[in-house]
Amino acid sequence: MTSTALRSRAWKLLEMVTTPLLPSDYLDLVSPLRAGADLRGRIEAVHPETGDAATIVIRPGRGWRGHTAGQYVRIGVDVDGVRLWRAYSVTSPTNSQDGRVAITVKAIPDGKVSNHLVRRAKPGTLIQLDQATGDFVLPRAKPAKVLYLTAGSGITPVMGMLRDTEFDDVVMVHSAPRPQDVIFRDELHALVADQKLRLTEVHTDTDGMLDIARLYELVPDWAERETWACGPAGLLDAAEKHWAEHGVHERLHTERFRPGIVVAGEGGEVTFSGTGKTVDADGATPLLDVGEEAGVLMPSGCRMGICFGCVTPLRAGAVRDLRTGEITEAEPGVLIQTCVSAAAGPCDIER
Amino acid sequence: MTAIDPTAHLTAKQIEELGRELDAIRDEVIASRGEKDAAYIRKVISAQRKLELVSRGVLLFSFFPPAWIIGTAGLSVAKIMDNMEIGHNILHGQWDWMRDPKIHSTTWEWDHVSPADQWKHSHNELHHTYTNVIGKDNDLGYGIMRVDEDQRWHPFHLGQPLWNFINACFFEYGIAAYDLELGKNLRKRRRNNPEFRARARAVGRKIRKQVLKDYVIHPLLSGPSFLTTLAATFTANLVRNIWSHSVIMCGHFPEGVQVFERRSIKGETRGQWYLRQMMGSANISGSKAMHFMSGNLSHQIEHHLFPDLPSNRYAEVAVKVRALFEKYELEYVTGPLPKQVFSAWRKVVRLSLPNKKPKVKTPDREQELLAA
Repeated sequence: MTSTALRSRAWKLLEMVTTPLLPSDYLDLVSPLRAGADLRGRIEAVHPETGDAATIVIRPGRGWRGHTAGQYVRIGVDVDGVRLWRAYSVTSPTNSQDGRVAITVKAIPDGKVSNHLVRRAKPGTLIQLDQATGDFVLPRAKPAKVLYLTAGSGITPVMGMLRDTEFDDVVMVHSAPRPQDVIFRDELHALVADQKLRLTEVHTDTDGMLDIARLYELVPDWAERETWACGPAGLLDAAEKHWAEHGVHERLHTERFRPGIVVAGEGGEVTFSGTGKTVDADGATPLLDVGEEAGVLMPSGCRMGICFGCVTPLRAGAVRDLRTGEITEAEPGVLIQTCVSAAAGPCDIER
Repeated sequence: MTAIDPTAHLTAKQIEELGRELDAIRDEVIASRGEKDAAYIRKVISAQRKLELVSRGVLLFSFFPPAWIIGTAGLSVAKIMDNMEIGHNILHGQWDWMRDPKIHSTTWEWDHVSPADQWKHSHNELHHTYTNVIGKDNDLGYGIMRVDEDQRWHPFHLGQPLWNFINACFFEYGIAAYDLELGKNLRKRRRNNPEFRARARAVGRKIRKQVLKDYVIHPLLSGPSFLTTLAATFTANLVRNIWSHSVIMCGHFPEGVQVFERRSIKGETRGQWYLRQMMGSANISGSKAMHFMSGNLSHQIEHHLFPDLPSNRYAEVAVKVRALFEKYELEYVTGPLPKQVFSAWRKVVRLSLPNKKPKVKTPDREQELLAA
């Protein structure tokens, strides 16, 4: 018998010992970061960067496969007891000797996870991790000239790149409200002092928003540069238009942080993605009834919100709990009780 | 059903007001659920796993009598925790709000021969929706016993004290058979129904796994302690079964608990549903340890009003619920465990004999509501 077959037999036997739990349920008690466990990380340090941004240093589990500069990682954090998932750019270099990874988080107004991480996260806390992903990365072949166009927390993926790869000719144009709001400001100025970077800071509180037309004046050879841009949608939209108009759109690489923003309303178009049915629903009819009327086979139970027999994944959009008025927005892993939830805007139910 | 309806003094308007007050209690807990609650259930789960691990470890040396006693006691408590405070409550969706896929009603499996999904259907859906409605709620005597004067008497019921004792000893098998609706399904052509057969196979698989673990694998691992470990796991299962059976009997069987007729729930309002849960359930009074070991089902009344609220919050909810019972002049049936168990058993024995059917007047609330 091969060793793999032997190991799988041994594992089966171990499962018989621990049924109905799995051996991993017990191993998680002592070694949650071991190889073979669900990917997790432990927060080891929290370093404030500005008044509303902090770098979180994470020791990832053994299953972590590393990252490429510019990529992001999804993390699952328990905030007020509820597990919430968000994506943040990795800001540590890829060759970090100690095996730790860092993300840098800017607290956004009313941001549950970002405020928690910046202001309340404690070293020692376990978080859930996904593998790093994203194609906002540098090419294999080094470009001769590079431009980084960033605003606000858009600097975070670019910082990962700056720390990782040196180029001969790098220009950065970065916008932030005030000098003290510039994340990594000291490190950026140190790079400038070492002549590794040319930096233009735009302080929008005094200078106003960056007008993309000003690029000619700030970086005259912008069109010759391989450009990585990250920041608010307005900046990226303007950049994409500008680069396209000048026929150099293939030199521009952009990263958008928050693609779809859910606007909760009353009722909306409900898609049952499993069966491909789409119907209009009002804000008062339970989604269970909406689905059944559309001929979708819905799991059901007590029809009054007590038995949890109707829970179904919410893939997109938002729903309102008809009992409490509470809004639930789609996130990976979010299940809703269809018998007491109504559409709060367009939504997608996995049925 | 007693001859006198204990809710007759309430008007339809009052019942709806009661419903609103209960909704407010529920909303308050939901709005304040948070980190402390999440930490609570995680701590309980981790404690249960450690206790089971240590107890099974000690039982490897169970030929040594003190080890047998400690290991058996630990394993009994671990099994009770698994079924009561952890399994029952997670499977109710009480912790789904945490969005932790490992502590979720759709993924949890318990140390029990009834598969979680079948139990959720018969318990969460049928029992909790139709609580104490004769002919709809099979928990009323689990389909084998007569626990209310209004249920029809058969000569079969003469043996029910014995059935109930056997059911208590092998309660998990009783529940599995009950979740399968075995009696009904074995009749006539139903036994060939493919859906029933699939569910029966699932129960068979679960039983095989549980039996193999407790009565073969762990005794074998104990080597020279094979027989004593076997005796220990059997004892732990027996203790767990008798304990959970006793707690559960106290929930709906003691004197003072009301049952309802099918027609009385036609067109039931939210307020009336709440009122039925209040009158159809009974509590057990006692220490914090008592509440914990019963999975907080000692707060059966609160659990039936709000089956999806986290169990650790029932104690604080109970204070407010009891005040509402007083305000609306309703009887809050509660008492210490021995008294409630005795009361439930006395009923089982008494109703094994036929009785005169009492003349009942069900108040016609539908009419009253229409008039209001």
